[in-house]
Amino acid sequence: MPSERFAIIASKGTLDWAYPPLILASTAASLGVETAVFFTFYGLNIIHKEKIKHLKMSSVGNPAMPMAFPPSVKKTPIAGQLAGLIETLLPGPPQIMGVIPGMTDFITSMMKKTMKDHGVASVEELVELCKEAGVKMIPCQMTMELFGYKYEDLIEGLEPPGGAATFINYVLEADKPMLLFV
Amino acid sequence: MAGITADKTLDTSGLNCPLPVLKTKKALEDLQGGQILEVISTDPGSKADIPAFCQRTGNELLETVEEEGKYIFYIRKKA
Repeated sequence: MPSERFAIIASKGTLDWAYPPLILASTAASLGVETAVFFTFYGLNIIHKEKIKHLKMSSVGNPAMPMAFPPSVKKTPIAGQLAGLIETLLPGPPQIMGVIPGMTDFITSMMKKTMKDHGVASVEELVELCKEAGVKMIPCQMTMELFGYKYEDLIEGLEPPGGAATFINYVLEADKPMLLFV
Repeated sequence: MAGITADKTLDTSGLNCPLPVLKTKKALEDLQGGQILEVISTDPGSKADIPAFCQRTGNELLETVEEEGKYIFYIRKKA
């Protein structure tokens, strides 16, 4: 029985919110702490074979989102100057812009580009790194049924689906349990 | 430069949190106990994160060199 267990509940399935659980889990496991992530509700999309490729984010309901153009765009002559001007005028994409068709895809692609320019790993890469580091990834049984996801719809290398009681019991068995909700 | 001879060098230039730590952990797996890994990073976060990683995992951080926006760490693998 390990003395420490670090467990994260990943409940969100947008591109931005897929990052915190994966970064923390892969790092904790690399630091030698037994680590598990319980994927529930929309968090299941992070470990869904198809949906992981299409995680999106939106400016709507996300007022904290900065107006951040990818560095590679900002270095381009005219587009870069325009981007700089927009960034000066607006702290973030206006909420109303979210209703423009294609805006979610646009914002998602801008974020992906920004992350790539900054050397931040992709969600798929981080999931692989979690596996390599030995993170136990547990899909939530109940929400799998709720959303109609089968075990074979999910990526390889996961633990068998589990329930809330099993997960909490697994965490609390350790001398030093730590539980985090994302 | 430090007068330390590394057995292996890992260049994580351009990569951001948590990649330098994850790659450091992986690179250490290929070394024998007592051997020295040199890690190059441009991520300012690694200045605190690599020492934290070493403290946690029991690998010894021999020296940290800062030069021109680069951090170079010398880590001796736990025996």
